[in-house]
Amino acid sequence: MGEHGDTFLKVLLADLHIHTCLSPCATLDMTPQKIVKEAQKKKLDIIAITDHNSAENTGAVMAAARGTGLTVIPGMEITTSEEVHIVALFETIGAALAMQAVVYEELQPGENDEDLFGLQVVANEFDEVEAMNPRLLIGATRMDVVQVVDSIHSLKGLAVAAHIDRDAFSILGQLGFIPDDLKLDALEISRRMTLKQGRMTYGHLKRFPFITSSDAHDLDDIGVSPTAFRIGGPELAELGYAFKVTGGRRIEYSGIEELRD
Amino acid sequence: MKLKEIVEKLQLTVKTGAGLLDREVKGGYVSDLMSDVMANAEEGSLWITLQIHQNVVAVAVMKSLAGIVLINSRAPEPETIQKGEEEGIPIMVTDMPAFELAGRLFALGISGG
Repeated sequence: MGEHGDTFLKVLLADLHIHTCLSPCATLDMTPQKIVKEAQKKKLDIIAITDHNSAENTGAVMAAARGTGLTVIPGMEITTSEEVHIVALFETIGAALAMQAVVYEELQPGENDEDLFGLQVVANEFDEVEAMNPRLLIGATRMDVVQVVDSIHSLKGLAVAAHIDRDAFSILGQLGFIPDDLKLDALEISRRMTLKQGRMTYGHLKRFPFITSSDAHDLDDIGVSPTAFRIGGPELAELGYAFKVTGGRRIEYSGIEELRD
Repeated sequence: MKLKEIVEKLQLTVKTGAGLLDREVKGGYVSDLMSDVMANAEEGSLWITLQIHQNVVAVAVMKSLAGIVLINSRAPEPETIQKGEEEGIPIMVTDMPAFELAGRLFALGISGG
């Protein structure tokens, strides 16, 4: 692995922020089978399942994708005490569920009101309803951004600040800046702008890698703004190398359309 | 005091719930964190915030708040207006900042609830 030994690297398209029917604000169409089919239709190689404050549907989507060639990364979109959304990505479902246990412990108490916020459907890999999650997943945890990012890292995960270009629930919207001691692995630009525009708009934050994701809450959204990674394979560690620009791995910041041909 | 009187006296622009201004305002609460409002706001309070996301309506319904006032001329998102009408939550807008608005409400006899 070196400067010239990267011919085995390939460009993989990733959408690293997708909700399922477990998120109260997502549509009920966001079931494991349907998400996998839509991701394949959109020619994605990697998706991450990132429901609000829960990883309960990650296993089902991973199972639904088995044998399809699509890689599913188990994750979660965690709400910090400042109401900043942090996307957490994990190597294994075990790590994702360990993070979930921490989040559940720290989540503000209360029950979901299905009429107000929406249904929180726990599904299995066959798109059948297993249960309703009763927690207030729309709520915030008691952990601040530093604690959330540190917890993610202690489970060998990657921490991405979600949709920094948006007002609501973003680190810039809630805090106005990124604290120096916050060890984010990447910043996410929403589908409202391209990666290129994002890097220009937030040029002062270029010390961080930028990605763009769909933050899909319904099927059509999946894959609308994928990030192209030049990496050795669809593993979380490879995404981490791309963030750090190690061993030839990198994010392709322009020309996704050209790369697709 | 009725919401209607407050709207008139402070010249708030009514965005949703124009037919619901007969509501009694029992107090006020200022916060931009939804989780804080969910945990601490009192029923019948008027909520002062800069958050324009549709979740403010759900939180207001959940806590039976009298209404929401958006400060600094913040424009509610279209989904927020739609939700506000559906759920019967009055949403008002003012060009005042939160400090000024809270002070004016206090002067009208509306307290922390």
